[in-house]
Parts: sequence; C-alpha cells; structure tokens
Amino acid sequence: MITLAHLLTLSGILFAIAVAGVFLNRKNIILLLMCIELMLLAVNFNFVAFSRFLNDIDGQIFVFFVLTVAAAESAIGLAILVVLFRNRRDINVEALDTLKG
Amino acid sequence: MLVEGLFYLFATILVASAIGLIVARNPVYSALLLVLCFFTSASIWLLIEAEFLAVVLVLVYVGAVMVLFLFVVMMLDINVEEMRRGFTRYAWVGWLTAFVVIVQIVGLVAARRLGVDVTQGMVPLPADYSNTAHLGRVLYTEYLYPFELAAILLLVAIIGAISLTMRRRRASRSKMWPGKSPPCVTSACGW
Amino acid sequence: MNTTLLLAIPLLPLVAAIIAGLAGKAVGRQGAAAVTILAVGASFVLSAIVAKQVFIDGVPVFNESIYTWLVSDGIRMEVGFLIDQLSALMMCVVTLVSLCVHVYTIGYMSQDPGYQRFFSYISLFTFAMLMLVMSNNFMQLFFGWEAVGLVSYLLIGFWYTRPSAVFANMKAFLVNRVGDFGFVLGIAALVYYTGSLDYRDAFAMAPDIAAKTYAITPGWTVSAITLVCILLFIGAMGKSAQVPLHVWLPDSMEGPTPISALIHAATMVTAGIFMVARMSPLFEYSEAALSFVLIIGATTALFMGFLGVINNDIKRVVAYSTLSQLGYMTVALGASAYSAAMFHLMTHAFFKALLFLAAGSVIIGMHHEQDMRKMGGLAKYMPITAITCWIGALALIGTPFLSGFYSKDVIIEAVHESNRFGAHYAYWCVMAGVFVTALYTFRMVFMTFHGKPRFDTSPAHGHGQGHGHGHDDHDHDDHGHHGGVPHESPWVVTAPLVVLAIFSVVIGGLTIASLLFGGGFQEAIFVLGANDVVAKVGEEFHGAVAFALHAWAHPPFWLALGGVLTAWLFFLAKPQWADAVDRSFGWLRKVLENKYYFDWFNEHVIAAGSRGLGRIFWRGGDQAIIDNGIINGSAALVASLAAVTRRVQSGFLYSYAFWMIFGLAAMLGWFLYKTTN
Repeated sequence: MITLAHLLTLSGILFAIAVAGVFLNRKNIILLLMCIELMLLAVNFNFVAFSRFLNDIDGQIFVFFVLTVAAAESAIGLAILVVLFRNRRDINVEALDTLKG
Repeated sequence: MLVEGLFYLFATILVASAIGLIVARNPVYSALLLVLCFFTSASIWLLIEAEFLAVVLVLVYVGAVMVLFLFVVMMLDINVEEMRRGFTRYAWVGWLTAFVVIVQIVGLVAARRLGVDVTQGMVPLPADYSNTAHLGRVLYTEYLYPFELAAILLLVAIIGAISLTMRRRRASRSKMWPGKSPPCVTSACGW
Repeated sequence: MNTTLLLAIPLLPLVAAIIAGLAGKAVGRQGAAAVTILAVGASFVLSAIVAKQVFIDGVPVFNESIYTWLVSDGIRMEVGFLIDQLSALMMCVVTLVSLCVHVYTIGYMSQDPGYQRFFSYISLFTFAMLMLVMSNNFMQLFFGWEAVGLVSYLLIGFWYTRPSAVFANMKAFLVNRVGDFGFVLGIAALVYYTGSLDYRDAFAMAPDIAAKTYAITPGWTVSAITLVCILLFIGAMGKSAQVPLHVWLPDSMEGPTPISALIHAATMVTAGIFMVARMSPLFEYSEAALSFVLIIGATTALFMGFLGVINNDIKRVVAYSTLSQLGYMTVALGASAYSAAMFHLMTHAFFKALLFLAAGSVIIGMHHEQDMRKMGGLAKYMPITAITCWIGALALIGTPFLSGFYSKDVIIEAVHESNRFGAHYAYWCVMAGVFVTALYTFRMVFMTFHGKPRFDTSPAHGHGQGHGHGHDDHDHDDHGHHGGVPHESPWVVTAPLVVLAIFSVVIGGLTIASLLFGGGFQEAIFVLGANDVVAKVGEEFHGAVAFALHAWAHPPFWLALGGVLTAWLFFLAKPQWADAVDRSFGWLRKVLENKYYFDWFNEHVIAAGSRGLGRIFWRGGDQAIIDNGIINGSAALVASLAAVTRRVQSGFLYSYAFWMIFGLAAMLGWFLYKTTN
C-alpha cells in the first residue's frame, strides 16, 4: 500500500538531490536551471500527493499553474541564457559577478 | 502489491536518474536524464490516479520544455570541462546539504505532525470518476480568472522570449564584438 | 486732533521713499528729489500745525491707538500716536532738519549715481524717526528704533564699494545690536511687570514696579525699576553713542555728509535722549539708574571732547563734538533735567546740523578734501559757508544770546543743583567740557577758514590731491571742473545753511522761557518734586535777555572764551606752540589718537574673543560633533556596515542559491524542532 509518507519521502529525496545538484554544478547555468526544474518537480509531487490523499482537487489545480509558470520561467530563462551567451560568449556563472557589492 | 512494486521501481529509477542528472559530465546526458525523471514521475502520478497531470507533465515538460533545453544545450558552444573544474571541491557541501535536507524532511514526515495521518492509504475513487473531467470542471468555473491570468502569463513569456532573443540588423552587430566575427549561433541559425 | 492729519505726517515720507526707491528710474533724478522734498515739506508743515495746536492752542494730549496689529495672550501690539509737547517738538525738529537736508542733498549729491536711492533712504529715515517719536507704545517705539538703525546702516554704507564704509556700517550695526539687546530686555521686563506694551500702563504702574525687587542671582537683588531703566538706557547708549558704545559714531562719518547731519547729529542719535525723556515717569523712580545715566553722560561729554582736539578730519571733529554734546544731554537726563535735555537736543539739532552741512559745503568746495591740514583761509573763497559755520560754532560753544548758550547753561546749572550721586563728577566734567568744546570747535574754524591756505591751487594737483587721501570718495569726485581753487557752494547748499543758522541763533532765546520754565512740556515729562532741578534753576530766571546778560557772572562763559583764545593762540597765532605741546605730551597724544583704545579693546578682546568662542563651537560643536559625529559619522557607520555586509553580495548565483537553501534548511530545522517539542 502506498501511503502519503512514501510520496513525501520520495519528493524530499528528489528535492535534496536537486539541492545537491545546485552545489555540484554551480558553474553551469543550464544545469542549475535543470536542478530548479527538478525541485519544482519535487514540489509538484507533494501537491499531487496531498491532493490525492486528502481528496481535494485544488492541489492538482495548483500543480497545473505551477507547470504553467515553470514553462514560462524556462522559456524566459533560456532566452536570457541565449542573450547572455551572445553577449559574453560564455555562460560560466563564476564570470557573472556584475551584481557583486 | 503490484502498485507498491511499481512505485518502488519507478522511485528507484527516479532517484537514480536524478543523481545521474546532477553528476553527468555532459549537459546533454543531464537533459536526457531529466526527461527520464519526468517520465517516471508521470508514471508515479498515474499510480496515484492523477492521470491528467501525468499526461500534461509528459506533454509540457518532455514535449516542450526539455526539447527547448536540449536545443539550447546543443546550440550553445559550451566548454564543459571549464564548467566542471572544481566540481569535487564543493561536492561534499552539496552532499552534506542534501543529506541534512533529507534527514529533516524524513524526520518531519516521521514526526507525523503535518496535521494529517501520513500512514493511511488512498481512498478508492468511484468507478465512473474522471480526474480530467473533475479538474476541467473546477478549472473553468472556480479558477477561471487564474486560468486566464496563466494564459496571459504564457503570452507574456512568449513575447518576452522572442523580444529578448530577437536579432537587430547585422550593421549594429559589429559594435557588439569589435574585431570578432559573430558566433554562428546568431547568424546562421536565424535567431 | 485729526487722526488723518497725524497719519499723514509719517506716511507722506514713506510714500515718497517708496516712489523714489522703487520707481527711481521712472521718476528720474529731479522727480525723486521733488517728490521726497514735497512729502517731507508737507510733513513739516503738518508737524508745525500740530505743534501750534499743542503749544499755543492748548489742544489736549492725543493718545490713541489707530490700528491693532495683533493681540497675543492679552498683550496688544498696536500702532498708536501719543502727541504731546515732547513729540510735537521732536516732530518739528525732525521734519525741519530733514527738509533742510533734503534740499542740501540736491547740491551735495548732484554728481552721485545713487541720487534716487539716497533720497529714498532719507525719506524712509524721516518716516521711521517720526514713527519713533509719535509712538504711544513700546512696540512701535522699537519698530522705529530699529528702522532708523537700519536706515543708518544703509546710509553709512551708502558708498558700498568702499571697504571702510562697509566696515563702518557693519560696526555701527553690531554696536547697536549690543544696545538693542539691552533695550529689548528692558521692554520685555516692562511687559513682564505690567503685561502691556502701552506707555500709559507702564507709567501708571511705575510706583508699583519701584516697590518690587528682582533677584539677578541668588543674593544679588536689585530694584525692578532700576533694572528696567538701566536696560532701557543701555539701548539709549547704543543709539545715542554713549561711552562705551560710542565707537560706531565717528566711523559713521563714512556716510555722505547730509546723513551725518541728519542722522548722526540732529535726529537719530538723539532718539536715545528722547526715549529716556519719554520714559521719565519710570526713570524718576530709580535714583541708581539716574546716577548711572549721569556718570555715563559726564564721561562721554568730557572725554569724547578731547578726541575732537587732535583729529584732523573736519567731519570727525564735528562727530566727536556730537558725542560730547550727546553726553551733555545725557548728563541733563541723569540730573532729572529732562526738559533741559530736550531743549539742548533741539538747539543742538540745529547748530550741529548746521556745522555738518557747513563741513559738507567745505568738502564740496575743496573737491572732497576732508583733511583740515590741507585747508586754511577758506573764508575768502566761501564767505557764506564761513559765516554760517562761525554762527554754528559760536552757538555750539555757548556764546550768550545764541541758542547753545541757553541750553548748555541750563544743563550746567541743573547739574550744579543736583544732589544725586555722581553729580559732582558730572559738574566738573561738563565745566571742563565747555573749555574743550570751545577749543576743538575753534581749532576747526581757524584751521579751515583762517590762516594761510595750505592747499595747492594749481589745477592739476588739486585733483591729484583728492585722490591721494584716504577719506576721499574717489568714485564721486567727478565735478565738472577740477580746479584747485575752492569755490562757494551752489544755493541749494547754502540756503539750508542760512535757514539753520537763523534757527541756531534765535531758537534758544525764543523758546527757553516757555519751554523750560513756563512748563512747556506739561505732563509729557514727569519729575518728582524733590528732583526738579530745572525748577530751581528757573527760580533765578528772569527772561532770556537777562539770562544772557548775566553770562559773565558764570564760569562757563569764561571757560568758553578761554577755549577760543587757546585755539586762536595755538592754531592761528603760534602754531609752533601746538607742536611743542605735542612733543612734550607724546604719550597723551598716543592715547587720544587711539581713542582711549576702545577700538583696540573691541577688536582684540571682544571681537577676537567672539571669534575664538565661535571657533571653539565651530571646531568642537559643528565640525567635531555635528559634522563628523552625527552627519558624517552616521554615514560612515552605514558605510562600514555596508562594507561588511557587501561581502554577502558576492554576485555569484550559487552563493545566493546556497543562502536560500541554507535558509530553507534552517526553517525546516526550526519547524521540526517546534513540532517535535
């Protein structure tokens, strides 16, 4: 029997792996974006699980919107990435320190 | 039993592909492993009878977003070796953080203080229940305005992505890279 | 009395001042002169009508408020007029002298580019002075007081391109601030005790105030009325240039000569005298304050006279003479002979304005040369000026039958009669002062109009000489011809001289009987019976002519004669004697040339001390605490905090991601901790 605990634990592990990915691939912005997608997936997992186990469809509606926003975010993020690459010939995050205080 | 078995199978694939994603040397492998993650997630969602979202996840993420990712990864001329330098130096921080987060989340779930009983199983749904119909009904009634807003958001994202990446005429480009020829991605690929 | 008529007296000059000042270009030079002279002339005629009503027709005293400016906590600030014998007399003197000066200005300032401005200022001055003397409350008195001070400041610095003029007007302004500070405190003390700004209330409550005491410090208690009176008198000391606040008056000679005549001799400087006379109901209750007044006045009268003896600038000699004569008036006030002070004020206004205008005429004739050592024998070239100046000088030294004789003699007699503390000192000072007055006056007359000419008559040199001297107004030395030969001044200059000379001769003898001994001032001046020295003098008065005929029986006559003879001996007959005296009393000359070191003291002790104190506050308070501590310190604190916190803003994406995750982990940990406990 699959319980809520199973799903929550799985999503937690997924999220933790994504976090670790952010640290491991701290220079590669494309992988950073992918790790963020993975985190969103973990979050969506939680929504779907709670929605199903609490019998409340609103959770899935939320996932729907998160997917929408995530798609938009990916599109914009990748567009920025392309412009960035075009201007700097590089997407190394370590070179992007113009925000440095 | 079957469901449980499938869950553990998919969960194993999911975790393994996620780990592979973050350690892969080539971003193309990472993207493909992410596709695998989405697939297995969709499968798990099917197991817990969230069919519509499972399909949407595959369609939107695998069909659109991940293709875009792959496209960008392949299009941009990325020096992967440069990117991976110092990969192991901070690896322990990453794994330690991951470990701490896992311990915390598992601890939280095990503490059973989330306000719900996390050990209960799923309530069986009626035979004629349609997840898609239910979702559609709620989405177009209760969540109509947020739905419209989401549509506008997507439109804005489309326009934004286009306007960000649109090329000006060639004449102005020489100012951007004085003394350099523009990268092939910008001229030949028609961006 | 007609309110409209009274209002017109001060307002006509004000309107004229506004026209000449703001529309000076539109009305032109002649227009400005015409409009101001007409206004002041009309003002004088109206003043004369008022004076006739007051003195001859016996119209009751007018004391009404015309306009309430504001009422604050029961204290009414009003514009009102108190027209009695005192103010009527002052109004006539002010407007008449002002009129003469206006006419004289046409000639004196004819070449000056600031012609309209000058007329505007002197008309404004007339307005302010009239407001001062006509006031029936302290508010308006203070307004007039400050307004005349302002105009005085503007006029001393009239030639504002000269550094010495700017220095002088600043000096006058600052010294007057010291006096005004006392004056304001005095008014405030009166308001504190009476709750009203009205003269009537203050005078009515004077005996009550006299009964009170005020503890300045614990253990040092003074009578409240003494405190009030001394504070008010400090204001008068500033305005009327009494020692030690006299230092601004000699320097004020930087202004154009008509101004020296109008403001720094005839009217404004006498505002202090007028004010004390007006406040006689208060001063009468304070023996201590009157003694203070007496001693200050006596010191001024004698010691400022000495300075006149050694000065070579014709205007400054007259200025020191003014100081000395103001001292005489102050002595009279201190001896409770207020009416004598007012009488001397009036006569002095005429003959001192005359002397100043004559000096101005000489300056014009000499092409803006003010040094008496370069004059001599001018009587031949400028007969009218010489004659009128002689008349003024004779009036000043107290020649019998001339106006100065009556007023000065009455003061000396009054001091002689007084039993007040300091009266003996004052008596000897004024007696010696008579000799000194005669000495410096006739030194000036002899050096200027008689003896051998010491100026160069060659045409070119005359002009060059003008440029070589410090007191010359180079910018204005643009006569049509630059001949070295002195010339008589035009009629607009000599006509006022003649008018003033006539008044200087006759005004004393004509008015002494009615004004002083006939109770001319009636209720306007209040004297306690025991203090009434003028009445005691009056017991021996049997008419003006008899009074003058008995002059030889009194020492002042012989002292004055001695002064004239000494002057003749030393400066005309045997100039080498003067040099001999000079050599043997070098130290004395040094003291006198440094004006008793008052300026030195002010500049090196008070000014330097103030600057030092200011520097301490500037460096310590402003720079160290406020600038570096509060303002720059807070900015530096923010900057140093930011220097630390900016390290957090590395600019690297993964660093931000790390901190977000760190925060997430921390929140999760906290949540876990809360839920498990």
